[in-house]
Amino acid sequence: MTVQEALFRYALRLGDNSLVLGHRNSEWCGHGPVLEEDIAQANIALDLIGQARNYLTYAGEVEDKGRSEDALAYLRGEREYLNVHLVELPKGDYARTIVRSFLFDAFHLPLQQALATGKDERLKGIAEKAVKEVTYHLRHSSEWLVRFGDGTDESHRRAQEALDDLWRYTGELFTPDEAEEVLAQAGIAPKLDTIRMEWSATVDRVLKEATLTRPADGWMASGGKKGVHTEHLGPMLAEMQTLQRSYPGVEW
Amino acid sequence: MPADQQETLFQQKVDAEQKIEPRDWMPEGYRKNLVRQISQHAHSEIVGMLPEGNWITRAPSLRRKTILLAKVQDEAGHGLYLYSAAETLGTGRDEMVDQLLRGTAKYSSIFNYPTLTWADIGAVGWLVDGAAIMNQVMLCRTSYGPYARAMVRICKEESFHQRQGYDILVTLSKGTPEQKAMAQDALDRWWWPSLMMFGPSDKDSPHSAQSLKWKIKRQSNDELRQIFIDRTVSQAEYLGLQIPDPKLKWNEATQHYDWGEIDWTEFNEVIRGNGPCNAERLAARQKAHADGAWVREAALAYAAKKGERNAA
Repeated sequence: MTVQEALFRYALRLGDNSLVLGHRNSEWCGHGPVLEEDIAQANIALDLIGQARNYLTYAGEVEDKGRSEDALAYLRGEREYLNVHLVELPKGDYARTIVRSFLFDAFHLPLQQALATGKDERLKGIAEKAVKEVTYHLRHSSEWLVRFGDGTDESHRRAQEALDDLWRYTGELFTPDEAEEVLAQAGIAPKLDTIRMEWSATVDRVLKEATLTRPADGWMASGGKKGVHTEHLGPMLAEMQTLQRSYPGVEW
Repeated sequence: MPADQQETLFQQKVDAEQKIEPRDWMPEGYRKNLVRQISQHAHSEIVGMLPEGNWITRAPSLRRKTILLAKVQDEAGHGLYLYSAAETLGTGRDEMVDQLLRGTAKYSSIFNYPTLTWADIGAVGWLVDGAAIMNQVMLCRTSYGPYARAMVRICKEESFHQRQGYDILVTLSKGTPEQKAMAQDALDRWWWPSLMMFGPSDKDSPHSAQSLKWKIKRQSNDELRQIFIDRTVSQAEYLGLQIPDPKLKWNEATQHYDWGEIDWTEFNEVIRGNGPCNAERLAARQKAHADGAWVREAALAYAAKKGERNAA
């Protein structure tokens, strides 16, 4: 795999992770547990979709076949999406949404920080902006996780259940595929084991404050990075892509 | 000071265009009328998130998705400012929300109509936000200070909402025959309900006269409706769309459009709860509230624990 090919796949993955999670968070808009959280989730979704637009636009440029952000978002099938499983799972109850966001944000922040110091100028520029946004996302999800863990018996139980259940999706975040290895070698993307150390420290710190128990590492799901997804991504994309697929080649 | 004297002073202040502030004396009827109106307005913002939210996950481009999400987020923000403005009159947000969920408070009936196609998102922005702006611009000059100030902020955002809606329809009307038909169909379904947004005709409007005297309202329902029609016709012409009113015609003598008759039976039925989506809208709000109960309890419990720890 050349650096150029790796860069295309990697930019797609960064875009897909942000787009799919942003889409899931946007499903809360109008249905949140308290009005302030409808606003917060919409804000976070807007940040993530904004990042996705930057990454997908860049992926299209690297590929150099004239594909725009929308061609990449709306006209790829689920086998061509390269996001990790964690972000595509249904939003669930608010504990599940918060735990999923927290597990992702704690990974996303050190990743973006590393990209902001990497050798690729475009990824650097996108990441510099994303670092500010993701810092807020992590603060938001951490604060709610602490409220749930140290709130009522019910909120503690829901948060711990979500954590136990989602834990098996965290391994994939840190298992590099070929593209990530090529780019780490080239000094463009960070080594994922260094990101894992930061992630792990954040998880331990916040879970302690939240009086939640870190699950033991067991079997880990994987496949998203090579386009083999859970059954949840297909219906999500079918909904998202409906107009573009029903009326091909039309301006909206 | 005797009540009648206070009321005279109050009316003098209103007539002199001075704003009434939360600590000022005000007639009970004025307070009640405002709480009713502001909370209805807040509920409309919140319920209004649902028909538009229906298309966030299906918006046809990332740019459109971003704009729509930002718009629906603004509506939530407007709901917050308005609940805060109503709270300055002594009624808590929880109580107002409770009235909405029990079905005893009203919200704008327009949100009981379904958004069936992407063109409806355009029509809602252009017509529904357009009609709402007419009211809201007037309310920037309303006599109650906190309400007027909330409206100034809201109006700035609403005019962006209307433009984004119109922009969707401009794109559709320049598009394929299917897209143009989609735009026309949306106009056909949203035109009359949008005119109903201005409320009953002046002769049948129970709260209007007093509200005008207190300068809560500054223009009557029929006046605003006419201004809206006069403005909107040329916008429809630019889109190449037909307004679904065979009686619509420019009148040289009055310098206004003549137009047909609103179906007041439909208007009253939807207000009574018999619109296409009344039950769904209320159920969606009730479900969000019920599902979120444990979240709000957790936040309160945590805040209380933290308070105790800080005090210790």
